[in-house]
Amino acid sequence: ASTLVVGEHEDGVLKPSTLSAVAAATALGDGCSVSVLLGGFGPSVHKAASQAASAHSAVSQVLVADWDKVEHGLAEPWAELLRLAQEKGKYSHVLAVSSSFGKNIVPRAAALLEQSVISDVIKVIDEHTFVRPVYAGNALSSVKYTGSGPCFITIRPTAFPAVQASEMTPAPVSTLDTSTIKSEAIGRSEWVGQHVERSERPELGNARVVVSGGRALKSAENFKMLEALADKLGGAVGASRAAVDAGYVPNDMQVGQTGKIVAPDLYIAVGISGAIQHLAGMKDSKVIVAINKDADSPIFQVADYGLAADLFQAVPELIEKLPDKSQVSA
Amino acid sequence: MKILVAVKRVIDYAVKIRVKPDKTGVEMNNVKMSMNPFCEIALEEALRIKEAGKASEVVVVSMGGPQCVETLRTGLAMGADSAIHVSTDTPLYPLAVAKLLCAVASREQPQILLLGKQAIDDDANQTGQMVAGLLQWPQATFASKVALGDKSDVTVEREVDGGLETLRLQLPAVITTDLRLNEPRYATLPNIMKAKKKKISSITPEELKVDIQPDFMILEVVEPAKRKGGVMVSSVDELVDKLKNEAHVI
Repeated sequence: ASTLVVGEHEDGVLKPSTLSAVAAATALGDGCSVSVLLGGFGPSVHKAASQAASAHSAVSQVLVADWDKVEHGLAEPWAELLRLAQEKGKYSHVLAVSSSFGKNIVPRAAALLEQSVISDVIKVIDEHTFVRPVYAGNALSSVKYTGSGPCFITIRPTAFPAVQASEMTPAPVSTLDTSTIKSEAIGRSEWVGQHVERSERPELGNARVVVSGGRALKSAENFKMLEALADKLGGAVGASRAAVDAGYVPNDMQVGQTGKIVAPDLYIAVGISGAIQHLAGMKDSKVIVAINKDADSPIFQVADYGLAADLFQAVPELIEKLPDKSQVSA
Repeated sequence: MKILVAVKRVIDYAVKIRVKPDKTGVEMNNVKMSMNPFCEIALEEALRIKEAGKASEVVVVSMGGPQCVETLRTGLAMGADSAIHVSTDTPLYPLAVAKLLCAVASREQPQILLLGKQAIDDDANQTGQMVAGLLQWPQATFASKVALGDKSDVTVEREVDGGLETLRLQLPAVITTDLRLNEPRYATLPNIMKAKKKKISSITPEELKVDIQPDFMILEVVEPAKRKGGVMVSSVDELVDKLKNEAHVI
């Protein structure tokens, strides 16, 4: 197999999820070659490319598209870029992370090549057989690709631990000539702006610890308590849909079927009832703790440790009694 | 201007699904079915645009067997003007749906094609993106705000991993809806009655000249591994102790 991995980067640094994508690509079979495609504009994409070139011995090539049109992840130019890369490289597989970027561009690119996409893959059985969750993760579907290729897949990064860098000769980095790309769709979309939440805390998608709050927190102000708890544990803060809908926290904190999927070592659900849709986003966490006043909440059915208590008493007490982060072994 | 909204009939979001013991799929007999929640949001947005005077017609389309007609009737009851049923008993997956939608859109010539971002059964989140590629129209997925401009354009705020992003698209365009875009209306009884008089036309994939054979097959559907049962703790002290000495996560 030869796989084109669509990489992601920010501020010149490769995203950890791209390393999960490389791990998934290596799972396709022995002797699979992995080419990483990075698109962007200016020095930052080249910086990310040299990082990718040394990311793992499985990476045999890095392709760079330094093109203003792909700077902000617009799907129309990105889909054409993938089409161009595929035409040149004739890969058997095209693989991306099922991030909001991957979900946005990969199906469009696949449709241009009249291919299906097998999305949100959590397990590779062989190079054409994959397992993916359906019905909010309440069922697992094994799917076999029977087309003539390329096989498009997106992967859930929590299911594929990132490859670790090893000693290697950096892979060659080459640039893709995007000047021949023409499409009536390019130029009909314009990136106007973004509102990105910046935090000192670890990213929700790959934090080792996540503390999540539900509507029972009652206000944005009360989420500060969860932030303090997360900080004590060196973790990230998440939320249920209800908390986001109520305006307590921004949308990028939503954990669930249609929000972020997380699988940390420790997930603490505070004031969250445990609706099917929320569980879909966190039930693969290694250890789940639930704190909720109502002992009948469905969350207690997935929790390893459940505390039926008033969160406004329990959380401050927990913050006080937890060992300091500095005393914790990694 | 015409808006085309694609809707899907799925197992109701509140139902606890059961995987069939023969592993061929999920139990669907005697199970409550509903319009996919994201599709409801898409239709609601189309209706609001029409009510604001910026669209003249809202057409709903759904594909599949005869039960689709129920879902289309719900759409008409919510306020759509007419409906199209693409009739087939072959199981449909996103690429086939996108090809069919592309053919329908080429006939109907809407300025906006609205879809839910994902169906809650397959959780695929692909169809809108695919049909946009096939139509060569610009796309804005996971929309949390939609505002039509006066230059045949639409400004869409999207929910993305890092927060929110704003795009401006030239019409015609494809938009897929996210949860917080709006809260859909319930069909009122008078509207349900009125809907009985509205037109549902039917067409087949053959008539649309679309090949719907899939390029993959579903081998089996199973339940995920169950988590080991947990315990209730009676105090924060006990919780901290277990997390430290039993689970070793702190």
